[in-house]
Amino acid sequence: MSLTDQEIKHLAKLARIHIEDTELSLLRDQLGKVFQLIDTLQAVDTTGIEPLSHSLALNQPLREDRVTEPNLRDVYQAVAPEVEKGLYIVPKVIE
Amino acid sequence: MDISSLSVKKIKQLIDSKNISTVELAGLYLDRIEQLNPQLNAFVTVDKDKTLSQAKQVDQLIAQGHSNALLGVPIAHKDIFCAKGWLTTCGSKMLANFVAPYDAHIIEEFNKSGAIILGKTNMDEFAMGSSNETSYFGLVKNPWDLTKVPGGSSGGSAAAVAARLAPLATATDTGGSIRQPAALCGISGLKPTYGYVSRYGMIAYASSLDQGGLMAPSAEDIAYGLNIMAGHDERDSTSVKREKEDFTAQLHHPIQGLRIGIPEEFFSEGLDSDVAQAVEQAIQELEKLGAVRVPLSLPNTSLSVPVYYVLAPAEASSNLSRFDGVRYGHRTQDYRDLIELYEKTRAEGFGAEVKRRILTGTYVLSRGYYDAYYLQAQRVRRLILQDYLRAFEQCDVILGPSTPTVAFGFNEKTSDPVSMYLSDIFTISVNLAGLPGLSIPVGFGKEHLPVGLQLIGPHFSEAKLLNAAHQYQLHTDWHQHLPAGIAGN
Repeated sequence: MSLTDQEIKHLAKLARIHIEDTELSLLRDQLGKVFQLIDTLQAVDTTGIEPLSHSLALNQPLREDRVTEPNLRDVYQAVAPEVEKGLYIVPKVIE
Repeated sequence: MDISSLSVKKIKQLIDSKNISTVELAGLYLDRIEQLNPQLNAFVTVDKDKTLSQAKQVDQLIAQGHSNALLGVPIAHKDIFCAKGWLTTCGSKMLANFVAPYDAHIIEEFNKSGAIILGKTNMDEFAMGSSNETSYFGLVKNPWDLTKVPGGSSGGSAAAVAARLAPLATATDTGGSIRQPAALCGISGLKPTYGYVSRYGMIAYASSLDQGGLMAPSAEDIAYGLNIMAGHDERDSTSVKREKEDFTAQLHHPIQGLRIGIPEEFFSEGLDSDVAQAVEQAIQELEKLGAVRVPLSLPNTSLSVPVYYVLAPAEASSNLSRFDGVRYGHRTQDYRDLIELYEKTRAEGFGAEVKRRILTGTYVLSRGYYDAYYLQAQRVRRLILQDYLRAFEQCDVILGPSTPTVAFGFNEKTSDPVSMYLSDIFTISVNLAGLPGLSIPVGFGKEHLPVGLQLIGPHFSEAKLLNAAHQYQLHTDWHQHLPAGIAGN
Protein backbone atom coordinates (compact mmCIF):
# COMPACT_ATOMS: atom_id res chain seq x y z
CA MET A 1 0.00 0.00 0.00
CA SER A 2 1.08 3.60 -0.30
CA LEU A 3 0.11 6.62 1.73
CA THR A 4 -1.30 9.86 0.36
CA ASP A 5 0.24 13.19 1.32
CA GLN A 6 -2.87 13.84 3.36
CA GLU A 7 -2.41 10.62 5.32
CA ILE A 8 1.25 11.36 5.98
CA LYS A 9 0.36 14.82 7.27
CA HIS A 10 -2.27 13.28 9.51
CA LEU A 11 0.23 10.77 10.92
CA ALA A 12 2.73 13.55 11.53
CA LYS A 13 0.05 15.48 13.37
CA LEU A 14 -0.73 12.47 15.56
CA ALA A 15 2.99 12.00 16.24
CA ARG A 16 3.46 15.72 16.95
CA ILE A 17 6.20 16.10 14.37
CA HIS A 18 6.06 19.11 12.07
CA ILE A 19 6.84 18.20 8.46
CA GLU A 20 7.40 20.57 5.56
CA ASP A 21 5.59 20.02 2.25
CA THR A 22 9.02 19.62 0.64
CA GLU A 23 9.68 16.52 2.77
CA LEU A 24 6.52 14.74 1.63
CA SER A 25 7.68 13.12 -1.57
CA LEU A 26 10.73 11.45 -0.05
CA LEU A 27 8.72 10.34 2.99
CA ARG A 28 5.98 8.94 0.74
CA ASP A 29 8.55 6.96 -1.22
CA GLN A 30 10.40 5.61 1.82
CA LEU A 31 7.34 4.87 3.93
CA GLY A 32 5.89 3.16 0.85
CA LYS A 33 8.83 0.75 0.82
CA VAL A 34 8.49 0.08 4.54
CA PHE A 35 4.77 -0.63 4.20
CA GLN A 36 5.41 -2.91 1.26
CA LEU A 37 7.73 -4.88 3.54
CA ILE A 38 5.33 -5.11 6.47
CA ASP A 39 2.37 -5.87 4.23
CA THR A 40 3.94 -9.28 3.53
CA LEU A 41 2.64 -10.30 6.96
CA GLN A 42 -0.93 -10.16 5.70
CA ALA A 43 -0.41 -13.36 3.73
CA VAL A 44 0.54 -15.42 6.81
CA ASP A 45 -2.13 -17.70 8.21
CA THR A 46 -2.18 -17.08 11.96
CA THR A 47 -5.51 -18.66 12.74
CA GLY A 48 -5.55 -19.85 16.34
CA ILE A 49 -2.19 -18.28 17.19
CA GLU A 50 -2.16 -16.06 20.28
CA PRO A 51 -0.33 -12.74 19.96
CA LEU A 52 3.06 -12.73 21.73
CA SER A 53 3.86 -9.42 23.39
CA HIS A 54 6.86 -10.66 25.25
CA SER A 55 9.30 -13.53 24.81
CA LEU A 56 9.31 -14.64 28.44
CA ALA A 57 6.15 -15.38 30.37
CA LEU A 58 6.69 -12.85 33.13
CA ASN A 59 4.28 -11.80 35.82
CA GLN A 60 3.88 -8.18 36.72
CA PRO A 61 6.16 -7.79 39.73
CA LEU A 62 4.65 -6.11 42.76
CA ARG A 63 6.38 -4.43 45.65
CA GLU A 64 5.43 -2.96 48.96
CA ASP A 65 4.00 0.55 48.77
CA ARG A 66 6.78 2.43 50.50
CA VAL A 67 8.88 5.47 49.63
CA THR A 68 12.15 4.37 48.04
CA GLU A 69 13.25 7.49 46.18
CA PRO A 70 14.49 10.67 47.81
CA ASN A 71 13.20 13.99 46.48
CA LEU A 72 15.60 14.92 43.68
CA ARG A 73 13.42 17.50 41.96
CA ASP A 74 16.15 20.10 41.68
CA VAL A 75 18.60 17.60 40.20
CA TYR A 76 16.10 16.42 37.62
CA GLN A 77 14.94 19.91 36.76
CA ALA A 78 18.50 21.11 36.22
CA VAL A 79 18.34 19.58 32.72
CA ALA A 80 14.95 21.09 31.82
CA PRO A 81 14.70 23.81 29.17
CA GLU A 82 12.67 26.14 31.40
CA VAL A 83 11.62 25.85 35.04
CA GLU A 84 10.41 28.29 37.64
CA LYS A 85 9.86 27.64 41.35
CA GLY A 86 10.00 23.92 40.76
CA LEU A 87 7.53 23.99 37.89
CA TYR A 88 8.10 23.15 34.24
CA ILE A 89 7.20 26.17 32.13
CA VAL A 90 5.17 25.70 28.92
CA PRO A 91 3.13 28.13 26.82
CA LYS A 92 -0.27 29.01 28.20
CA VAL A 93 -2.72 26.14 27.57
CA ILE A 94 -5.91 27.62 29.06
CA GLU A 95 -6.93 31.21 28.44
CA MET B 1 53.41 -1.13 26.97
CA ASP B 2 51.48 -2.27 23.91
CA ILE B 3 47.89 -2.16 25.05
CA SER B 4 46.45 -3.43 21.76
CA SER B 5 46.79 -7.06 22.79
CA LEU B 6 45.48 -6.75 26.36
CA SER B 7 42.60 -8.97 27.40
CA VAL B 8 40.43 -8.31 30.44
CA LYS B 9 42.05 -11.28 32.15
CA LYS B 10 45.54 -9.94 31.45
CA ILE B 11 44.57 -6.47 32.68
CA LYS B 12 43.28 -7.97 35.92
CA GLN B 13 46.60 -9.79 36.37
CA LEU B 14 48.66 -6.65 35.66
CA ILE B 15 46.61 -4.61 38.13
CA ASP B 16 46.53 -7.34 40.79
CA SER B 17 50.29 -7.87 40.59
CA LYS B 18 50.79 -4.08 40.73
CA ASN B 19 52.69 -4.13 37.42
CA ILE B 20 50.69 -1.11 36.39
CA SER B 21 48.47 1.31 38.22
CA THR B 22 44.91 2.05 37.24
CA VAL B 23 45.84 5.67 36.47
CA GLU B 24 48.73 4.61 34.23
CA LEU B 25 46.61 2.11 32.33
CA ALA B 26 43.70 4.50 31.87
CA GLY B 27 46.23 7.08 30.66
CA LEU B 28 47.53 4.69 28.00
CA TYR B 29 44.02 4.10 26.70
CA LEU B 30 43.22 7.83 26.77
CA ASP B 31 46.39 8.47 24.73
CA ARG B 32 45.39 5.85 22.20
CA ILE B 33 41.90 7.35 21.97
CA GLU B 34 43.39 10.80 21.45
CA GLN B 35 45.61 9.41 18.72
CA LEU B 36 43.08 7.28 16.82
CA ASN B 37 39.62 8.62 17.60
CA PRO B 38 39.83 11.63 15.28
CA GLN B 39 39.82 9.31 12.26
CA LEU B 40 37.31 6.79 13.67
CA ASN B 41 34.84 8.99 15.59
CA ALA B 42 34.06 6.00 17.80
CA PHE B 43 33.78 8.11 20.96
CA VAL B 44 31.43 11.08 21.19
CA THR B 45 32.50 12.07 24.69
CA VAL B 46 35.88 11.68 26.34
CA ASP B 47 36.58 13.44 29.63
CA LYS B 48 40.15 12.81 30.78
CA ASP B 49 39.71 14.49 34.15
CA LYS B 50 36.69 12.39 35.01
CA THR B 51 38.35 9.18 33.88
CA LEU B 52 41.60 9.85 35.71
CA SER B 53 39.85 10.93 38.88
CA GLN B 54 37.85 7.69 38.88
CA ALA B 55 41.11 5.80 38.25
CA LYS B 56 42.79 7.59 41.17
CA GLN B 57 39.98 6.54 43.48
CA VAL B 58 40.36 2.94 42.37
CA ASP B 59 44.13 3.10 42.92
CA GLN B 60 43.42 4.26 46.47
CA LEU B 61 41.09 1.31 46.99
CA ILE B 62 43.80 -1.02 45.72
CA ALA B 63 46.34 0.59 48.06
CA GLN B 64 43.94 -0.05 50.93
CA GLY B 65 43.89 -3.71 49.99
CA HIS B 66 40.44 -3.81 48.40
CA SER B 67 39.80 -6.28 45.65
CA ASN B 68 36.94 -6.40 43.21
CA ALA B 69 36.03 -8.14 39.99
CA LEU B 70 37.05 -5.48 37.46
CA LEU B 71 39.24 -3.21 39.57
CA GLY B 72 41.08 -0.91 37.17
CA VAL B 73 39.67 -2.42 33.97
CA PRO B 74 38.88 0.36 31.46
CA ILE B 75 35.50 0.22 29.75
CA ALA B 76 33.68 2.28 27.12
CA HIS B 77 29.93 2.81 27.43
CA LYS B 78 27.49 3.20 24.58
CA ASP B 79 25.97 6.67 24.75
CA ILE B 80 22.53 5.17 25.34
CA PHE B 81 23.33 4.47 29.01
CA CYS B 82 22.78 7.30 31.47
CA ALA B 83 25.97 7.92 33.42
CA LYS B 84 25.72 10.53 36.14
CA GLY B 85 27.51 13.74 35.21
CA TRP B 86 28.30 12.53 31.69
CA LEU B 87 26.72 13.84 28.52
CA THR B 88 24.28 11.14 27.41
CA THR B 89 23.13 11.95 23.88
CA CYS B 90 21.80 8.68 22.43
CA GLY B 91 23.26 9.91 19.13
CA SER B 92 20.57 12.57 18.83
CA LYS B 93 20.34 16.33 18.56
CA MET B 94 17.37 15.92 20.90
CA LEU B 95 19.73 15.02 23.74
CA ALA B 96 22.86 16.83 22.54
CA ASN B 97 23.02 18.81 25.80
CA PHE B 98 21.64 16.19 28.17
CA VAL B 99 23.85 15.51 31.19
CA ALA B 100 22.42 12.44 32.90
CA PRO B 101 21.34 13.16 36.48
CA TYR B 102 21.60 9.48 37.48
CA ASP B 103 23.36 6.22 36.64
CA ALA B 104 21.85 3.38 34.66
CA HIS B 105 21.81 0.12 36.62
CA ILE B 106 24.66 -1.33 34.60
CA ILE B 107 26.76 1.83 35.00
CA GLU B 108 26.32 1.55 38.77
CA GLU B 109 27.34 -2.10 38.64
CA PHE B 110 30.46 -1.48 36.55
CA ASN B 111 31.44 1.45 38.75
CA LYS B 112 31.02 -0.73 41.84
CA SER B 113 33.16 -3.44 40.25
CA GLY B 114 36.03 -0.96 39.91
CA ALA B 115 35.87 -0.55 36.12
CA ILE B 116 37.03 2.81 34.75
CA ILE B 117 34.84 4.77 32.31
CA LEU B 118 36.91 5.76 29.24
CA GLY B 119 34.07 7.66 27.62
CA LYS B 120 30.79 7.38 25.73
CA THR B 121 30.61 5.81 22.30
CA ASN B 122 28.87 6.95 19.14
CA MET B 123 25.73 5.22 17.91
CA ASP B 124 22.85 5.44 15.50
CA GLU B 125 20.30 7.96 16.69
CA PHE B 126 18.18 6.34 19.42
CA ALA B 127 19.73 3.02 18.33
CA MET B 128 17.80 3.12 15.05
CA GLY B 129 20.14 2.08 12.29
CA SER B 130 22.48 -0.62 11.05
CA SER B 131 25.41 1.48 9.86
CA ASN B 132 25.89 4.26 12.41
CA GLU B 133 25.01 6.71 9.64
CA THR B 134 22.00 8.11 11.50
CA SER B 135 24.07 9.55 14.39
CA TYR B 136 23.77 13.31 14.86
CA PHE B 137 27.46 13.27 15.75
CA GLY B 138 28.78 11.99 12.45
CA LEU B 139 29.84 8.74 10.85
CA VAL B 140 31.91 6.14 12.63
CA LYS B 141 34.57 4.59 10.39
CA ASN B 142 35.22 0.87 10.32
CA PRO B 143 38.82 0.41 11.55
CA TRP B 144 39.35 -2.34 8.95
CA ASP B 145 38.57 0.02 6.08
CA LEU B 146 37.80 3.68 6.68
CA THR B 147 35.49 3.76 3.65
CA LYS B 148 33.18 1.15 5.18
CA VAL B 149 30.49 1.36 7.84
CA PRO B 150 31.16 -0.21 11.26
CA GLY B 151 27.57 -1.47 11.41
CA GLY B 152 25.06 -0.25 13.93
CA SER B 153 23.54 0.80 16.06
CA SER B 154 26.45 0.14 18.44
CA GLY B 155 28.98 1.17 15.77
CA GLY B 156 31.02 3.35 18.12
CA SER B 157 31.52 0.60 20.70
CA ALA B 158 32.39 -1.87 17.92
CA ALA B 159 34.94 0.42 16.28
CA ALA B 160 36.43 1.33 19.66
CA VAL B 161 36.99 -2.32 20.55
CA ALA B 162 38.21 -3.27 17.06
CA ALA B 163 40.82 -0.49 17.20
CA ARG B 164 41.61 -1.46 20.81
CA LEU B 165 40.65 1.96 22.13
CA ALA B 166 38.94 -0.03 24.88
CA PRO B 167 39.32 -3.65 26.01
CA LEU B 168 35.60 -3.92 26.74
CA ALA B 169 32.53 -1.91 25.78
CA THR B 170 28.87 -1.93 26.63
CA ALA B 171 26.32 -1.90 23.82
CA THR B 172 22.64 -2.59 23.23
CA ASP B 173 20.79 -4.83 20.80
CA THR B 174 17.15 -4.45 19.70
CA GLY B 175 17.36 -6.19 16.32
CA GLY B 176 21.07 -6.91 15.95
CA SER B 177 22.75 -3.74 17.17
CA ILE B 178 25.45 -5.64 19.05
CA ARG B 179 25.96 -8.69 16.84
CA GLN B 180 25.89 -6.98 13.43
CA PRO B 181 28.53 -4.29 14.22
CA ALA B 182 30.60 -6.87 16.13
CA ALA B 183 30.61 -9.01 12.98
CA LEU B 184 31.44 -6.12 10.64
CA CYS B 185 34.27 -4.96 12.92
CA GLY B 186 35.81 -8.39 13.60
CA ILE B 187 35.16 -8.59 17.34
CA SER B 188 32.98 -10.62 19.72
CA GLY B 189 29.59 -9.30 20.80
CA LEU B 190 26.91 -10.78 23.06
CA LYS B 191 23.23 -9.95 23.29
CA PRO B 192 22.03 -11.68 26.46
CA THR B 193 18.61 -13.24 27.03
CA TYR B 194 15.88 -10.62 27.24
CA GLY B 195 15.46 -9.63 30.87
CA TYR B 196 18.92 -10.72 32.02
CA VAL B 197 20.41 -7.22 31.98
CA SER B 198 18.47 -4.35 33.55
CA ARG B 199 17.16 -1.68 31.20
CA TYR B 200 17.01 0.92 33.99
CA GLY B 201 18.73 4.05 32.72
CA MET B 202 19.11 2.65 29.21
CA ILE B 203 17.28 5.01 26.87
CA ALA B 204 14.33 3.06 25.47
CA TYR B 205 13.75 2.29 21.80
CA ALA B 206 11.59 -0.86 21.65
CA SER B 207 11.14 -2.05 25.20
CA SER B 208 10.08 -5.64 24.52
CA LEU B 209 13.23 -6.18 22.42
CA ASP B 210 15.93 -3.86 23.85
CA GLN B 211 18.71 -5.63 25.69
CA GLY B 212 22.06 -4.43 26.98
CA GLY B 213 25.16 -6.50 26.27
CA LEU B 214 28.87 -6.39 25.63
CA MET B 215 31.57 -6.20 23.02
CA ALA B 216 35.21 -7.23 23.38
CA PRO B 217 37.88 -9.01 21.36
CA SER B 218 37.09 -12.42 22.88
CA ALA B 219 34.27 -14.43 24.44
CA GLU B 220 36.36 -14.73 27.60
CA ASP B 221 36.51 -10.93 27.96
CA ILE B 222 32.74 -10.83 27.60
CA ALA B 223 32.28 -13.48 30.30
CA TYR B 224 34.13 -11.24 32.80
CA GLY B 225 31.94 -8.28 31.85
CA LEU B 226 28.70 -10.23 31.92
CA ASN B 227 29.42 -11.32 35.50
CA ILE B 228 28.96 -7.66 36.40
CA MET B 229 26.22 -6.72 33.97
CA ALA B 230 23.71 -9.56 34.35
CA GLY B 231 21.53 -9.67 37.40
CA HIS B 232 18.22 -8.71 38.92
CA ASP B 233 17.18 -5.08 39.32
CA GLU B 234 13.76 -4.26 40.69
CA ARG B 235 13.72 -0.91 38.88
CA ASP B 236 13.19 -2.76 35.58
CA SER B 237 9.87 -4.62 35.74
CA THR B 238 11.06 -7.09 33.09
CA SER B 239 14.29 -7.92 34.91
CA VAL B 240 14.34 -11.63 35.72
CA LYS B 241 15.15 -12.98 39.16
CA ARG B 242 17.95 -15.52 38.91
CA GLU B 243 20.88 -16.60 41.01
CA LYS B 244 24.07 -14.71 40.15
CA GLU B 245 26.02 -16.81 37.67
CA ASP B 246 29.78 -16.99 37.05
CA PHE B 247 30.06 -16.95 33.27
CA THR B 248 33.79 -17.74 33.36
CA ALA B 249 33.24 -21.04 35.19
CA GLN B 250 32.22 -23.11 32.14
CA LEU B 251 34.59 -21.57 29.61
CA HIS B 252 37.08 -24.41 29.81
CA HIS B 253 34.64 -27.26 29.40
CA PRO B 254 35.27 -29.37 26.31
CA ILE B 255 32.56 -29.13 23.63
CA GLN B 256 32.70 -32.80 22.69
CA GLY B 257 29.23 -33.82 21.55
CA LEU B 258 27.82 -30.28 21.39
CA ARG B 259 24.91 -30.43 18.92
CA ILE B 260 25.07 -27.44 16.58
CA GLY B 261 21.88 -26.73 14.67
CA ILE B 262 22.40 -25.34 11.17
CA PRO B 263 19.19 -23.72 9.87
CA GLU B 264 18.94 -24.00 6.10
CA GLU B 265 17.25 -20.56 5.96
CA PHE B 266 20.46 -18.91 7.24
CA PHE B 267 22.44 -20.24 4.28
CA SER B 268 20.05 -19.46 1.48
CA GLU B 269 19.56 -16.67 -1.03
CA GLY B 270 21.07 -13.32 -0.10
CA LEU B 271 24.08 -14.76 1.73
CA ASP B 272 27.35 -13.70 0.11
CA SER B 273 29.67 -16.57 -0.79
CA ASP B 274 32.69 -15.13 1.05
CA VAL B 275 30.67 -15.05 4.28
CA ALA B 276 29.28 -18.54 3.67
CA GLN B 277 32.78 -19.90 3.13
CA ALA B 278 34.27 -18.45 6.31
CA VAL B 279 31.31 -19.70 8.35
CA GLU B 280 31.60 -23.19 6.83
CA GLN B 281 35.28 -23.32 7.79
CA ALA B 282 34.38 -22.35 11.34
CA ILE B 283 31.80 -25.14 11.51
CA GLN B 284 34.48 -27.61 10.42
CA GLU B 285 36.79 -26.26 13.11
CA LEU B 286 34.07 -26.79 15.71
CA GLU B 287 33.52 -30.32 14.38
CA LYS B 288 37.22 -31.00 14.94
CA LEU B 289 36.63 -30.04 18.56
CA GLY B 290 33.90 -32.65 18.80
CA ALA B 291 30.78 -30.66 17.93
CA VAL B 292 28.12 -32.36 15.84
CA ARG B 293 26.27 -30.72 12.96
CA VAL B 294 22.46 -30.98 13.01
CA PRO B 295 20.70 -29.68 9.89
CA LEU B 296 17.36 -28.07 10.71
CA SER B 297 14.83 -25.50 9.60
CA LEU B 298 13.54 -22.20 11.00
CA PRO B 299 10.79 -21.76 8.42
CA ASN B 300 9.57 -18.31 9.52
CA THR B 301 12.98 -16.59 9.39
CA SER B 302 12.10 -14.36 6.46
CA LEU B 303 9.10 -12.98 8.36
CA SER B 304 11.26 -11.68 11.20
CA VAL B 305 12.17 -8.44 9.41
CA PRO B 306 8.57 -7.39 8.64
CA VAL B 307 7.46 -8.39 12.16
CA TYR B 308 10.24 -6.29 13.63
CA TYR B 309 9.37 -3.26 11.50
CA VAL B 310 5.84 -3.33 12.88
CA LEU B 311 6.62 -4.00 16.54
CA ALA B 312 9.78 -1.93 17.03
CA PRO B 313 8.39 1.27 15.46
CA ALA B 314 5.14 0.81 17.39
CA GLU B 315 7.02 0.65 20.67
CA ALA B 316 9.35 3.46 19.56
CA SER B 317 6.48 5.79 18.70
CA SER B 318 5.26 5.39 22.25
CA ASN B 319 8.67 5.50 23.97
CA LEU B 320 9.86 8.56 22.09
CA SER B 321 6.75 10.57 22.90
CA ARG B 322 8.60 11.59 26.08
CA PHE B 323 10.82 13.89 24.03
CA ASP B 324 8.57 16.91 24.03
CA GLY B 325 10.86 19.85 24.83
CA VAL B 326 9.43 20.25 28.32
CA ARG B 327 11.40 18.19 30.83
CA TYR B 328 14.78 17.68 29.20
CA GLY B 329 16.59 17.85 25.90
CA HIS B 330 16.11 20.14 22.94
CA ARG B 331 13.42 22.83 22.84
CA THR B 332 12.66 24.86 19.73
CA GLN B 333 13.30 28.63 19.86
CA ASP B 334 10.04 30.08 18.56
CA TYR B 335 6.56 28.76 19.16
CA ARG B 336 3.10 30.21 19.48
CA ASP B 337 1.46 27.51 21.57
CA LEU B 338 2.10 24.17 23.23
CA ILE B 339 1.28 22.06 20.17
CA GLU B 340 3.69 24.06 18.04
CA LEU B 341 6.33 23.72 20.75
CA TYR B 342 5.97 19.93 20.55
CA GLU B 343 5.83 19.73 16.76
CA LYS B 344 8.79 22.01 16.07
CA THR B 345 10.89 20.60 18.90
CA ARG B 346 10.44 17.09 17.57
CA ALA B 347 10.92 18.15 13.93
CA GLU B 348 14.24 19.77 14.83
CA GLY B 349 15.41 17.26 17.43
CA PHE B 350 14.85 13.99 15.56
CA GLY B 351 16.65 12.84 12.42
CA ALA B 352 15.01 11.32 9.34
CA GLU B 353 15.23 7.64 10.33
CA VAL B 354 13.78 8.28 13.78
CA LYS B 355 10.90 10.29 12.30
CA ARG B 356 10.22 7.55 9.76
CA ARG B 357 10.00 4.91 12.50
CA ILE B 358 7.79 7.08 14.71
CA LEU B 359 5.43 7.66 11.76
CA THR B 360 5.42 3.94 10.92
CA GLY B 361 4.66 3.10 14.54
CA THR B 362 1.95 5.72 14.74
CA TYR B 363 0.34 4.21 11.68
CA VAL B 364 0.37 0.58 12.78
CA LEU B 365 -1.10 1.52 16.15
CA SER B 366 -3.81 3.76 14.78
CA ARG B 367 -7.50 2.96 14.78
CA GLY B 368 -8.46 0.53 12.07
CA TYR B 369 -4.92 -0.81 11.57
CA TYR B 370 -4.03 -2.12 15.02
CA ASP B 371 -5.46 -5.61 14.42
CA ALA B 372 -4.20 -5.94 10.88
CA TYR B 373 -0.64 -4.86 11.64
CA TYR B 374 0.21 -4.89 15.31
CA LEU B 375 -1.69 -7.97 16.46
CA GLN B 376 -0.84 -9.88 13.30
CA ALA B 377 2.85 -9.11 13.85
CA GLN B 378 2.59 -10.33 17.45
CA ARG B 379 1.02 -13.58 16.21
CA VAL B 380 3.84 -14.13 13.73
CA ARG B 381 6.26 -13.31 16.55
CA ARG B 382 4.91 -16.36 18.37
CA LEU B 383 5.45 -18.51 15.27
CA ILE B 384 9.08 -17.37 15.22
CA LEU B 385 9.55 -18.24 18.91
CA GLN B 386 7.94 -21.65 18.30
CA ASP B 387 10.40 -22.32 15.45
CA TYR B 388 13.27 -21.82 17.87
CA LEU B 389 11.75 -23.85 20.70
CA ARG B 390 11.22 -26.75 18.29
CA ALA B 391 14.76 -26.42 16.98
CA PHE B 392 16.24 -26.58 20.48
CA GLU B 393 14.65 -30.00 20.95
CA GLN B 394 17.17 -31.24 18.38
CA CYS B 395 20.27 -29.19 19.19
CA ASP B 396 22.10 -27.32 21.96
CA VAL B 397 22.97 -24.19 20.01
CA ILE B 398 22.10 -22.78 16.60
CA LEU B 399 24.80 -21.47 14.32
CA GLY B 400 24.77 -19.24 11.27
CA PRO B 401 26.34 -16.14 9.77
CA SER B 402 25.76 -12.95 11.81
CA THR B 403 25.24 -10.88 8.66
CA PRO B 404 24.61 -11.68 5.00
CA THR B 405 27.57 -9.56 3.81
CA VAL B 406 30.79 -8.06 5.11
CA ALA B 407 30.88 -4.33 5.90
CA PHE B 408 29.34 -2.17 3.17
CA GLY B 409 30.24 1.35 2.04
CA PHE B 410 28.87 4.65 3.30
CA ASN B 411 25.63 5.80 1.61
CA GLU B 412 25.25 2.42 -0.05
CA LYS B 413 21.96 1.69 1.71
CA THR B 414 20.78 5.04 3.04
CA SER B 415 18.34 5.87 0.25
CA ASP B 416 16.38 2.62 0.58
CA PRO B 417 15.51 1.93 4.23
CA VAL B 418 14.40 -1.62 3.48
CA SER B 419 17.77 -2.63 2.02
CA MET B 420 19.34 -1.35 5.24
CA TYR B 421 16.79 -3.25 7.35
CA LEU B 422 17.63 -6.51 5.57
CA SER B 423 21.22 -6.39 6.81
CA ASP B 424 19.76 -7.57 10.12
CA ILE B 425 17.97 -10.59 8.62
CA PHE B 426 19.94 -13.12 10.72
CA THR B 427 19.85 -11.23 14.00
CA ILE B 428 16.30 -9.87 14.33
CA SER B 429 14.50 -13.17 15.01
CA VAL B 430 16.72 -13.70 18.07
CA ASN B 431 15.37 -10.49 19.66
CA LEU B 432 11.80 -11.40 18.77
CA ALA B 433 12.28 -14.73 20.58
CA GLY B 434 14.21 -13.11 23.46
CA LEU B 435 17.15 -15.49 23.05
CA PRO B 436 20.85 -14.89 23.69
CA GLY B 437 23.03 -14.44 20.60
CA LEU B 438 26.80 -14.20 20.35
CA SER B 439 28.75 -13.06 17.31
CA ILE B 440 32.42 -14.00 17.00
CA PRO B 441 34.96 -13.27 14.26
CA VAL B 442 35.72 -16.30 12.07
CA GLY B 443 37.92 -14.95 9.31
CA PHE B 444 37.82 -12.55 6.42
CA GLY B 445 35.78 -12.13 3.27
CA LYS B 446 36.21 -9.88 0.28
CA GLU B 447 38.55 -6.87 0.59
CA HIS B 448 39.93 -8.47 3.78
CA LEU B 449 36.82 -7.44 5.76
CA PRO B 450 35.84 -9.46 8.85
CA VAL B 451 33.15 -12.14 8.85
CA GLY B 452 31.09 -12.88 11.96
CA LEU B 453 29.46 -16.12 13.03
CA GLN B 454 26.45 -16.13 15.30
CA LEU B 455 25.70 -18.67 18.02
CA ILE B 456 22.14 -18.66 19.33
CA GLY B 457 21.06 -20.59 22.40
CA PRO B 458 17.96 -21.26 24.49
CA HIS B 459 16.96 -18.63 27.06
CA PHE B 460 19.70 -18.17 29.70
CA SER B 461 22.29 -20.30 27.89
CA GLU B 462 24.91 -17.51 27.82
CA ALA B 463 27.47 -19.66 29.62
CA LYS B 464 27.08 -22.37 26.99
CA LEU B 465 27.49 -19.91 24.10
CA LEU B 466 30.55 -18.32 25.69
CA ASN B 467 31.99 -21.78 26.35
CA ALA B 468 31.63 -22.86 22.70
CA ALA B 469 33.06 -19.55 21.47
CA HIS B 470 35.96 -19.69 23.93
CA GLN B 471 36.88 -23.22 22.86
CA TYR B 472 36.86 -22.06 19.23
CA GLN B 473 38.99 -19.04 20.13
CA LEU B 474 41.51 -21.23 21.99
CA HIS B 475 42.11 -23.04 18.70
CA THR B 476 41.96 -20.10 16.29
CA ASP B 477 43.31 -16.56 16.36
CA TRP B 478 40.77 -14.53 14.34
CA HIS B 479 39.83 -12.57 17.45
CA GLN B 480 43.44 -11.45 17.84
CA HIS B 481 43.83 -9.97 14.36
CA LEU B 482 44.19 -6.21 14.30
CA PRO B 483 43.25 -3.83 11.51
CA ALA B 484 46.31 -2.75 9.52
CA GLY B 485 47.51 0.70 10.44
CA ILE B 486 46.24 0.57 14.00
CA ALA B 487 48.35 -2.27 15.33
CA GLY B 488 50.71 -1.51 18.20
CA ASN B 489 51.29 1.92 19.62
